[in-house]
Amino acid sequence: MAVAVGRPSNEELRNLSLSGHVGFDSLPDQLVNKSTSQGFCFNILCVGETGIGKSTLMDTLFNTKFESDPATHNEPGVRLKARSYELQESNVRLKLTIVDTVGFGDQINKDDSYKPIVEYIDAQFEAYLQEELKIKRSLFNYHDTRVHACLYFIAPTGHSLKSLDLVTMKKLDSKVNIIPIIAKADTIAKNELHKFKSKIMSELVSNGVQIYQFPTDEETVAEINATMSVHLPFSVVGSTEEVKIGNKMAKARQYPWGVVQVENENHCDFVKLREMLIRVNMEDLREQTHSRHYELYRRCKLEEMGFKDTDPDSKPFSLQETYEAKRNEFLGELQKKEEEMRQMFVMRVKEKEAELKEAEKELHEKFDLLKRTHQEEKKKVEDKKKELEEEVNNFQKKKAAAQLLQSQAQQSGAQQTKKDKDKKKDSEIAVTLPVRTK
Amino acid sequence: MDRPGDDRHPCALGPMDPLRWSPSPCTSRPPSPRTPPCEMLGHVGIEAVLEQLKIKAMKMGFEFNIMVVGQSGLGKSTMVNTLFKSKMWKSTLPGLGVPMPQTLQLQSVTHIIEENGVKLKLTVTDTPGFGDQINNDKCWDPILGYINGQYERYLQEEILITRQRHIPDTRVHCCVYFVPPTGHCLRPLDIEFLQRLCRTVNVVPVIARADSLTIEEREAFRRRIQHDLRAHCIEVYPQKCFDEDINDRILNSKIRDRIPFAVVGADQEHLVNGRCVLGRKTKWGIIEVENMAHCEFPLLRDLLIRSHLQDLKDITHNVHYENYRVFRLNQSHALPRGPGWVNLAPAPADLTATPGPWKVRWQAHDSSDEEC
Repeated sequence: MAVAVGRPSNEELRNLSLSGHVGFDSLPDQLVNKSTSQGFCFNILCVGETGIGKSTLMDTLFNTKFESDPATHNEPGVRLKARSYELQESNVRLKLTIVDTVGFGDQINKDDSYKPIVEYIDAQFEAYLQEELKIKRSLFNYHDTRVHACLYFIAPTGHSLKSLDLVTMKKLDSKVNIIPIIAKADTIAKNELHKFKSKIMSELVSNGVQIYQFPTDEETVAEINATMSVHLPFSVVGSTEEVKIGNKMAKARQYPWGVVQVENENHCDFVKLREMLIRVNMEDLREQTHSRHYELYRRCKLEEMGFKDTDPDSKPFSLQETYEAKRNEFLGELQKKEEEMRQMFVMRVKEKEAELKEAEKELHEKFDLLKRTHQEEKKKVEDKKKELEEEVNNFQKKKAAAQLLQSQAQQSGAQQTKKDKDKKKDSEIAVTLPVRTK
Repeated sequence: MDRPGDDRHPCALGPMDPLRWSPSPCTSRPPSPRTPPCEMLGHVGIEAVLEQLKIKAMKMGFEFNIMVVGQSGLGKSTMVNTLFKSKMWKSTLPGLGVPMPQTLQLQSVTHIIEENGVKLKLTVTDTPGFGDQINNDKCWDPILGYINGQYERYLQEEILITRQRHIPDTRVHCCVYFVPPTGHCLRPLDIEFLQRLCRTVNVVPVIARADSLTIEEREAFRRRIQHDLRAHCIEVYPQKCFDEDINDRILNSKIRDRIPFAVVGADQEHLVNGRCVLGRKTKWGIIEVENMAHCEFPLLRDLLIRSHLQDLKDITHNVHYENYRVFRLNQSHALPRGPGWVNLAPAPADLTATPGPWKVRWQAHDSSDEEC
């Protein structure tokens, strides 16, 4: 059956006038209700040196005490610590994730400081991309961990940006919405602050760092965004302690020379930051992350993997073919590697075998040697034994003979001895005499 | 502006109230142990995000695509004109030189309508020639092909490397099926069509030209249709398996009880008791379209436009489109699949295959498949 679909092109869209109330103006409310029941996700990344006031600022921004221990300065490298919280205000549920850079700026060699941060951001994009590319996916239920806003804490030196700051921001500006803020702003005097701010902005511009631009295309928010942009970077003071000012308690920092009120616009730009970050542009931050930064990452990643939209003949490339080719290539490489490994293994085994054989041979030789020696010794000992026995025999014989002789001699000797004795006596007397005279 | 969803939130606190973590039944995701609920000690301004969302949505405008299916002469075009209170089509009068179409043709018309600052791009697709032939075998194929074709279009846009910021949504969000008022039960053609379509798109059946039935006949007809639908496992919108929470279920059960609505369409105004109303003038009286005692048109209008429009779009996007996507990505069986790879074989010439029973669930923790 032939199917003819009469589809008008876009130019034929015409505005139709309604003759009565239809009721679809409740659509935004329907949308909002759906989103409310699902809840919102918001992820903030705080980049700054240790002790610059990141955790305190988060506590102040969200009016709550997030449990955390302050970091030490002894970290060997930069690592990222992410913590999630559920906040609820009236019927809006917010799943807030705060990511801290622990150990940033503490090392002696800060060349690689930005790497863990970039890796973390990329990992979140990767996780989302993986979920999106799955066959059976559940995107509406997915807990979005992509970083929506990056608060970059600038140390209040009063001079200019540090080179570490410039390098890090340059690396991050295409991956995340950067909002630079001057931390601990109560250490800078007002006149210096103005110079500091302009210096920072001009440095950022001259180095080509793309910070987050507050959107000015909608009339409702254009005005407030435009006025706020002038004050970038916001100079903030964070405090969770309350001080009595006038007759009410307010968040402030108490010094001997005065009290710095956090929510006083003359003292610092905290209120502006809160307005911009949460009350006016939260949704825009999320959208920019999704439609600009994430799409850029996705495009780069897919192109890197070899996928293209059209091949040189401008016929749409089938992802399947590319996939097949890549997979075969990959399998081939895998096999080659396997072969190599196997060869190496066999070689090693042979070597080891040879060694072992050598050792065995040596052992055998030793054993033989020992055996021979042992035999020889044994023989020697036996010879000696024999000799000894012979000697003993001889001796016995001699003894026996001697005894016989002795007994014979005794008999004849007994007579002889008498004669001898007499002779001896005589000789003795004879002898003794001369002795006396001597 | 009435907010139809207000009574759904028992925890509607004012903005300055101190916070309490109320276990609202609308919680679809309870806080996991890793995300402890935090008490905020003062007003932060998070709820302003709702306003921001609204502003963005109004700026971008909304889109809605509706398809009307039914035999000719059942009043489809008139119904569309009545729903949107404007002359979408010129209603075709039979026998006025317009030849009966030999084949099923789908005609789409797009308009932009605006009300109180809300811009809606409305696309209505009509199906003249449906069920009009002698042999109506496979008359649903072109319709299924069209619907799947829209899904395919969206899918192709979605898997591009460089894709648009906002993909134009031409997928059919709702299909209104007109049942002829025979008064008996669903015909085999109706059953076949509904069975195939309810898996691909949200279907809302209505009893057309209900002014030819009395109230009792309507009720009996309705019960018989409901019985038939249950007997053949046809899940029409609002589908029971997508109710999110107890409030939804209560609301939707009421609607499900009245489906199919008995409607009358009219685009001419008459004077009744000093008021100007849309209605059909007959010798025995004027049938007021917006009078609940006369017909159930207000229910249909409220369902489609005032309360469930966003829901229709969400279910199309999250369930039907995802099903189609899974089906397409699984088509190349020979290729081994890695955990996150996109396999897209060239689209088959015949786009009428239906994905099969619903496997994608609305709530992630509800993992049982419902076989129908």
